[in-house]
Amino acid sequence: MSENRSVITLAHLTREKIEYLLKMAAQFEKHPNRRILEGKVVATLFFEPSTRTRLSFETAANRLGARVIGFADPKITSGTKGESLKDTIKMVSNYADVIVMRHYLEGAARYASEVTNVPIINAGDGSNQHPSQTMLDMYSIYKTQGTLDNLNIHLVGDLKYGRTVHSLLMAMRHFNPTFHFIAPKELEMPEEYKIYCRQNDIRFTEGTDFNEDVISGADILYMTRVQKERFTDLMEYERVKDAYILSADMLGKARPNMKILHPLPRINEINADVDDNPHAYYFQQAQNGLYAREALISDVLGLTLQDITNDKTIIYNE
Amino acid sequence: MNKQLLVSALENGTVIDHIPCERTNDVLTLLKLNSVSSTVMIGINLESKKMGRKTIIKVADKFFSDDELNKLSVIAPDVTLCIIRNYEVVEKKEVRMPEELRDIVRCANPKCITNNEPMHTVFHVINKQRGIMKCHYCEKEQQIKDAKLK
Ligand SMILES: [Zn+2]
Repeated sequence: MSENRSVITLAHLTREKIEYLLKMAAQFEKHPNRRILEGKVVATLFFEPSTRTRLSFETAANRLGARVIGFADPKITSGTKGESLKDTIKMVSNYADVIVMRHYLEGAARYASEVTNVPIINAGDGSNQHPSQTMLDMYSIYKTQGTLDNLNIHLVGDLKYGRTVHSLLMAMRHFNPTFHFIAPKELEMPEEYKIYCRQNDIRFTEGTDFNEDVISGADILYMTRVQKERFTDLMEYERVKDAYILSADMLGKARPNMKILHPLPRINEINADVDDNPHAYYFQQAQNGLYAREALISDVLGLTLQDITNDKTIIYNE
Repeated sequence: MNKQLLVSALENGTVIDHIPCERTNDVLTLLKLNSVSSTVMIGINLESKKMGRKTIIKVADKFFSDDELNKLSVIAPDVTLCIIRNYEVVEKKEVRMPEELRDIVRCANPKCITNNEPMHTVFHVINKQRGIMKCHYCEKEQQIKDAKLK
């Protein structure tokens, strides 16, 4: 079966397609409440619980007038017990116009897209891909910087296991970025992504220091969590655990346009004293997820930017 | 030619030469030689200038497609093949690594969907020189030589 309009990864999208989806998201930010998906059914299948992502997708569907079916945790859903993924997808395909799915196994969304004609949106497959997160990251960068081109993007923390930084790196390849990888030795950017950078003419530098001077070169400071479980050497963890925590006193030399992003949830890697700083953007970033997901759902259902722009179903709340 | 006669001569069929001895079973499995009705002759631990010791397999009255033979590139990239008709070698072949490995090997990633669902595997060969393939599903890159047969 053909791959239809599914969104499994953003790695293969063209610059034009990414910009197109961002323009769609901007339209949804202007008018997030519509009836444009009235009569459509969106299924959210969470084979692995993720309240944050599920609520964001379900809100996006609801605000566009679609109905939502699905499950939040497969443990309480007897219908999927022992059933193959293929059979579950086939069953739900009889009911839904689009399937949003999160799965603990890597490649699950790709496989699902091959066994049905209903478009699949990957809401995370193990440690592999999480395209709607990448889309909202890019929308946040675009919105705060006014462009995606020629930016200095600092990635901080766990660059080895952090799938969001890997996806972001790949999706940014069209926009001539300069990356700065800031991580402890044990969690540095894997070689395969450095090879990817070289093959795609993406400039990058690497370092272990995280301080006021390093931050001063950034347009975007993308923070991730340094988790104890990721370390084989716990002495190393003790040595570096506080080195990648951002506090307000480190922002003195930051560029005026600099924004701090974080995929959330955060634990302690950003001090609470940063929250009210004008550079902090992580809460708005999460809100941008709603518009990015409204755009993804609409796009896989075949709606165009023109449909969204000339939409007669907008609900005005004045 | 005399060396090959250590395993008796073939009137018609295929000779698979230069198989690493430890891969003998894998070759039998991959070409499904355990279930063919024709005669299969196997010589193990034969002397080889190139390899020290090697296995030769002769399959009577059977000619494989290039696709079938190219599967061998995964486990024994240096095998050579002779097509025999009327006791004469009419064609010599080497195996070529395909661009895509479909349902031949397993993914090394235990969290890959292909290891948890009754389904096929697909790998894209992304670097033939370095022998690296990438799982179509979980996208993990891995060494072809380390792969286990499905
Ligand atoms: Zn795999």
